[in-house]
Amino acid sequence: MSALLGLHGLSKAWFGVPAVSDMHLEVPAGICLGVIGENGAGKSTLMNMIGGVVPPTSGSMTWRGDPYAPKNPADAKAHGIAFIHQELNLFTNLSVAENIFIDDFPYRFGLIDKRKMAARSRVLLERLNLQAEPETSVGSLAPGERQLVEIAKALHREASLIIFDEPTTSLTARETDKLFETIKALKTDGTTIMYISHILADVQALSDEIAVLRDGHLVANGPVDQFDVPAMINAMIGRELSAIYPPRTSAPSDDVILEADGLSQDGVVEDICFKLHKGEILGLFGLMGSGRSELARMIFGVDPTQRGTLFFNDTPVDGDARERIGKGMAFVTENRREEGLMMDAAIADNLSLVTIDQFGRAPLAMLDQDKLKERTQAVRERVTIKAGDITTQPARALSGGNQQKVVIGKWLLGDPQLFILDEPTRGVDVGAKHEIYTIIDSLAASGSGVLLISSELEELMGTCDRIMVMAQGEVTGEFKREDFSEAAIIAAAFKEVAA
Amino acid sequence: MSMQRPSGPFDSAGMAARHSSIIILFAIIIGFGIAEPAFLSLDTMGNTVKQASFIGIAAIGMVFVLLTAGIDLSVGSIMYLGPLMAGIAMRDMEVSVTGALMVSILAGALMGAINAFFIVVLRIIPFITTLATLFLFRGFGSYVTSSRQLDFPAEVRAFGLSNVLGIPMPVIVFAIVVLAAYIILAHTPMGRQIYAFGNDAEGARKAGLPTRRLQAFVYIASGICASLAGFVLISQIGRLDTGFGEGREFSVIAAAVLGGASLFGGVGTAFSALIGAITIQVVQAGLVYTGINLYLQPLLLGLVIFIAVLLDGLRQARLEDSKRRIIRPLLPEPARGDPPPASTTNKESHP
Repeated sequence: MSALLGLHGLSKAWFGVPAVSDMHLEVPAGICLGVIGENGAGKSTLMNMIGGVVPPTSGSMTWRGDPYAPKNPADAKAHGIAFIHQELNLFTNLSVAENIFIDDFPYRFGLIDKRKMAARSRVLLERLNLQAEPETSVGSLAPGERQLVEIAKALHREASLIIFDEPTTSLTARETDKLFETIKALKTDGTTIMYISHILADVQALSDEIAVLRDGHLVANGPVDQFDVPAMINAMIGRELSAIYPPRTSAPSDDVILEADGLSQDGVVEDICFKLHKGEILGLFGLMGSGRSELARMIFGVDPTQRGTLFFNDTPVDGDARERIGKGMAFVTENRREEGLMMDAAIADNLSLVTIDQFGRAPLAMLDQDKLKERTQAVRERVTIKAGDITTQPARALSGGNQQKVVIGKWLLGDPQLFILDEPTRGVDVGAKHEIYTIIDSLAASGSGVLLISSELEELMGTCDRIMVMAQGEVTGEFKREDFSEAAIIAAAFKEVAA
Repeated sequence: MSMQRPSGPFDSAGMAARHSSIIILFAIIIGFGIAEPAFLSLDTMGNTVKQASFIGIAAIGMVFVLLTAGIDLSVGSIMYLGPLMAGIAMRDMEVSVTGALMVSILAGALMGAINAFFIVVLRIIPFITTLATLFLFRGFGSYVTSSRQLDFPAEVRAFGLSNVLGIPMPVIVFAIVVLAAYIILAHTPMGRQIYAFGNDAEGARKAGLPTRRLQAFVYIASGICASLAGFVLISQIGRLDTGFGEGREFSVIAAAVLGGASLFGGVGTAFSALIGAITIQVVQAGLVYTGINLYLQPLLLGLVIFIAVLLDGLRQARLEDSKRRIIRPLLPEPARGDPPPASTTNKESHP
């Protein structure tokens, strides 16, 4: 049987950095293809090209043997390709039927033909075995039921290829089983499936064929019986080192600065326990959606914690972020453009943002401009921000790496004892990355505890004293520097027993 | 846990929340009725609906705008400039009353289109755009009239005070607009897509909905409704003063929210405007009937509006909670542990 979808030397580079390179792949009609790979392996970019979200840099695709070059997502949809993302695209204030028909309502005399819409929806819902009336509001459905509505949308458009991207993350065991039955039934009816997941056992159970991606390359592809879980993990690891790490110049002390005892939040993380010492760099690794950033936000007090206690310097903390900053916590967010920086304000103003109230001078608490200038200059030199006059130049004018240094620098002004750094080198060039690693090392050397979150494992292995691994909201492994092993850490991140 | 479906057939708290506006309205009517039984007479009630039609018609347009999570602050000025254009057309071009009504509707649509142009094409946020046009439209009217009042011909007043089968003209117009809005919002693809846009603008874009057209439409609808509301009231008075409609945008927004439309988008119906406008009018009339200190009235009216906005905020907080990202199954169902390769058989789910 000929291939439904063919990729022929497909490549995509973002600003010269390859995300998908020279990919050749045939997806036969009527099979389920499991797609696996680590963070940044190129899965999303590949899906975006198939879905018409981004055009390839080079190479081509074929659909049923004809050239296929979708101009936009609607074009991909028109060809019969449907996506079921982890984040569903449903309108919670509308009914099930309205969500299915949102872009092509059947109508009569200019008005929506509700009877026809309900009848057609009922057929689709029955086929998916979803016990809901077409008039039910999507907002009142459970996550698994919502997902079936999304699949009903795909069926309604008679999609011949349905791509599932991490569909089970928010589903219960029962809902997951039901989804798998549905996927198998779809396959029996002739629908082709691409299934992307971090849960390798699921991929193995569902798929006929497996494709393994690493660093934008297709590194392995074949029938499922050639891949057991250890073979999948072995195929995924072995990323090449792309940066050189500065040596650690200090050793962690035995004093604990931060201790988490059973932190839990339903639907997010469960029973998180760990200790972070003074002068230690603790890496936190996990795949997308493992709960690592959510945990960081809970520690900093911006997201709620239902159960468990957090100790900072041996005293429990339960205040809001403002109180925790006062006690000596600092948080460099994942999203520096939106949360960390005022892009149009001067660099010096950004630097003084967190600690501005320390620069008040009696009696009216007017700003002590001289002291402010002196301190911001000192910090600027410590984190080596490459800029002109920091009192006039806006943060927007800096490179990504230097912007990140400003974000770290603004916390440094308050001499915090704990730094939580969430993806501090994302979108930063290699040279600036090295400088940021040096800064992180100097933070630890000066006695602060550092919690470093990254989706790049090699970065954590190069900079941390210890790495803690999370998967599906739980801690699944902990490794000391001398025990660092890529295979073991990846296995923990996939929640599998070490290969 | 707002993700789960209510367990019983009747979710009384949810029912109450969904119909809170009508419950509040009836509570207020009964409250005033107990204090002053004459308040409950058919005459008073009819009069209240008639007086509510002015704010109510404009509030229907506002519901369209609020459904997209937008706002239209210029309605008070449109109420003035729309009828002014109609009046000038009658004076200088001798158009009929029906013609004047048409001019008024067209002028409203044009002013709505100007708002839509700034919001949809130039992507200026609705609050800023309509704050600017609030001054612009009124300023243009002041320039045209040199701040003098405009008298309408007697036949306009005859139209405004006329009855059909004993039903006053303003109430008939109000009913027609409510019905038209109901059909558009509940029974046309565009109406349902407006709800989708208000629920998740990014999602609507991804679903390929004509989001720019939807957004433009709601501001034009708001302009038409505001202008029509102005014309209906002017046709009862027969005279247009420069200050006409000033500050009314707040009563209009309050009526829509009081009736159950959300300032955060995606929630509200044509009947929201009806219920909200009547509620405001009932409070005003009731305070007069019960002889409560006249100077206390703005305060009490403000309190009612405050409660409505507060409820909207609480409802929104609940909605946000339900949209929260979930990365692992919620308890109490057993979480998926390390599933062995053959985990698709449901070993743990059916005890």
